[in-house]
Amino acid sequence: MARRFTPKVVTANALLDGDVVYLTADDHWTRDHTKAELIEDEAHAAIRLLDAQARQSEIVGAYLADATAGPDGPEPVHFREAFRTRGPSNYAHGKQVEPS
Amino acid sequence: MYSYTEFDDAFLAERNRQFRAQVERRIDGALTEDEFKPLRLMNGLYLQLHAYMLRVAIPYGTLNSGQMRQLAMIAERWDKGYGHFTTRQNIQYNWPKLRDVPDMLDALAEVGMHAIQTSGNTIRNVTADHFAGAAADEVADPRPVAELLRQWSTDHPEFQFLPRKFKIAVTGAEADRAVIRAHDIGLQLVQQDGEIGFRVIVGGGLGRTPMIGKVIREFLPKADLLPYAEAIVHVYNQLGRRDNKYKARIKITVHENGIDTIREMVEARFDQIRGEFPGADQALLTELEAAFAAPDFAAKPLGAYDTAYRADPVFRSWVDTNVAAHRAEGYGIVTISLKAHGATPGDASADQMRLMADLAERYGHNELRISHEQNVILPHVHRADLPVIHAELQRAGLGTANVGLASDIIACPGMDYCALATARSIPIAQQIAERIDDLKIEHEVGALKIKISGCINACGHHHVGHIGILGLDRAGVENYQITLGGDGSETAAIGERAGPGFSYDAIVPAIERLILAYLELRDGAEETFLQAYRRLGPAPFKAALYPEQEKAHAA
Ligand code: HEM
Ligand code: SF4
Repeated sequence: MARRFTPKVVTANALLDGDVVYLTADDHWTRDHTKAELIEDEAHAAIRLLDAQARQSEIVGAYLADATAGPDGPEPVHFREAFRTRGPSNYAHGKQVEPS
Repeated sequence: MYSYTEFDDAFLAERNRQFRAQVERRIDGALTEDEFKPLRLMNGLYLQLHAYMLRVAIPYGTLNSGQMRQLAMIAERWDKGYGHFTTRQNIQYNWPKLRDVPDMLDALAEVGMHAIQTSGNTIRNVTADHFAGAAADEVADPRPVAELLRQWSTDHPEFQFLPRKFKIAVTGAEADRAVIRAHDIGLQLVQQDGEIGFRVIVGGGLGRTPMIGKVIREFLPKADLLPYAEAIVHVYNQLGRRDNKYKARIKITVHENGIDTIREMVEARFDQIRGEFPGADQALLTELEAAFAAPDFAAKPLGAYDTAYRADPVFRSWVDTNVAAHRAEGYGIVTISLKAHGATPGDASADQMRLMADLAERYGHNELRISHEQNVILPHVHRADLPVIHAELQRAGLGTANVGLASDIIACPGMDYCALATARSIPIAQQIAERIDDLKIEHEVGALKIKISGCINACGHHHVGHIGILGLDRAGVENYQITLGGDGSETAAIGERAGPGFSYDAIVPAIERLILAYLELRDGAEETFLQAYRRLGPAPFKAALYPEQEKAHAA
């Protein structure tokens, strides 16, 4: 039996300011994980990653990150991705204090 | 101090102009990220987890007050008002915007600083003993040599695409404050029959395969340094494994080929190229030595100092831990701790940078140093001025008396910033320091080096910590492995793994058990943690770390 596919979001860093961004279903970059497109199909994920990588003038380093459906939208699975939604733990800098 | 020549200024201006154009071309789409990435890395610009990061070299850790003020200005104008000093005598800005970076580089160039070769498979920022030119135990100041190496290696055409990065450290004293045995090349200035030369060590390194460097030449006459260094890098450039990134450092080359083979090849190459260095380098070195000449030390009465030392226990404690012996009568070397309990190791705010610059200007012959232990040093301070310096530092939150003690922790940025991290390191350091402060045992425990890395790359030097902590990702959870008995000094050793790792919540209590166990086990207050570990071996320390296992054994 095929391995179950873990849902994904496409994520990257914005070219100009480096902030973490996610690809939405309508092809925008959002700074809010919950607004990302949650991709449940492996083939579709590969296509969305290619879409993202083609947008060189907007972002850097697109990749697929595991995610899961939550009450307000997609949530990160791994702690690294959770940190990326917030910012560093030693200062109130980054997303945790900046309105997205 | 060395000041830039017209050649240096023109070189930097041209490099910055090129990079400005490259940034423009990246932004307007003419360059892809694949094309741009090597260019930005060559100029010290990384992409981290939440933002870009600009790494600025502080060659051999030396800077003047004007440079420190400029670092403060840059932090305020283009970053979030602080900078992070690292184990390789760099400063990192964690929040630059791509468009601003060319302006930041221009601002650095105004004070003769840059970010070149802080990345990539080149010869990196040459580091040196942070007490250089001041230490009482020094044979000679290592900085002229470090500057010579910097000029030789910067943009050296043969060495722009080495198999892997290449790091050189120099010290002028037997006491190794520059961790030379954990560098690709470590140089120690030594004296033999009245002649100055080098003990040359190669093949040290940390990372996933830690190695202590091996002596390749017991005594190299001073004049032969560049041809010999060039011969080493040449042999490495030929033999180094380009097929496997994890086997590409010279430590592996030395390990796989054996130090004797490497030595033979280096000596052969050295004989070949020695003639190509007819003495211009030595003339330059003589100039550099003059540029680094010691300041004119003053004689002042010490009465007020003596009174303060006797009367004020807080001042006395700070002097005893943070002020080291200077070679000039009446002087001391002040280490300013960037490790206030609970603060981020190595971080300084723009205000703190400016205060340190002012103190250096008023009381310290205009000189500052950055140590690999992530502290700032005022290398030449008269003891008569220590009471006022201490008072000013205290007001700015910089007066912590903990240099060389348990809370003087090295920590890499870890998963709070670094894209390669497998776990956080900064909060672990913060919590350990706070816990030690709460227990009020720091001065009783005495000399103890705790070093933390957020992944196997070992930027936090955990392998050479008396207590090393390595943060890992175990099945999607942060997990911390402890190593014991590491040593980054002249008696260098790689720490041994103590056993299974600890969770984020369990690591700080584990370190506390370890320290309390040491207090029980030691043979009097004179025996340091490392000495006790060497005498007793790991068993009693493991027993403190893993009490349940002990119980299981006993049952
Ligand atoms: C976010 C930026 C950083 C990245 C991407 C990075 C990357 C790396 C990598 C890949 C290695 C392993 C090299 C090898 O073994 O071949 C390494 C080693 C090292 N890095 Fe970093 N590092 C970063 C930040 C730092 C910082 C902040 C410091 C100082 C606190 C530092 C100092 C070192 C040191 C001392 C080593 C080990 C010594 C050696 O080269 O063997 N790095 N780094
Ligand atoms: S040790 Fe790992 S986590 Fe820490 S700075 Fe180096 S690469 Fe990043």
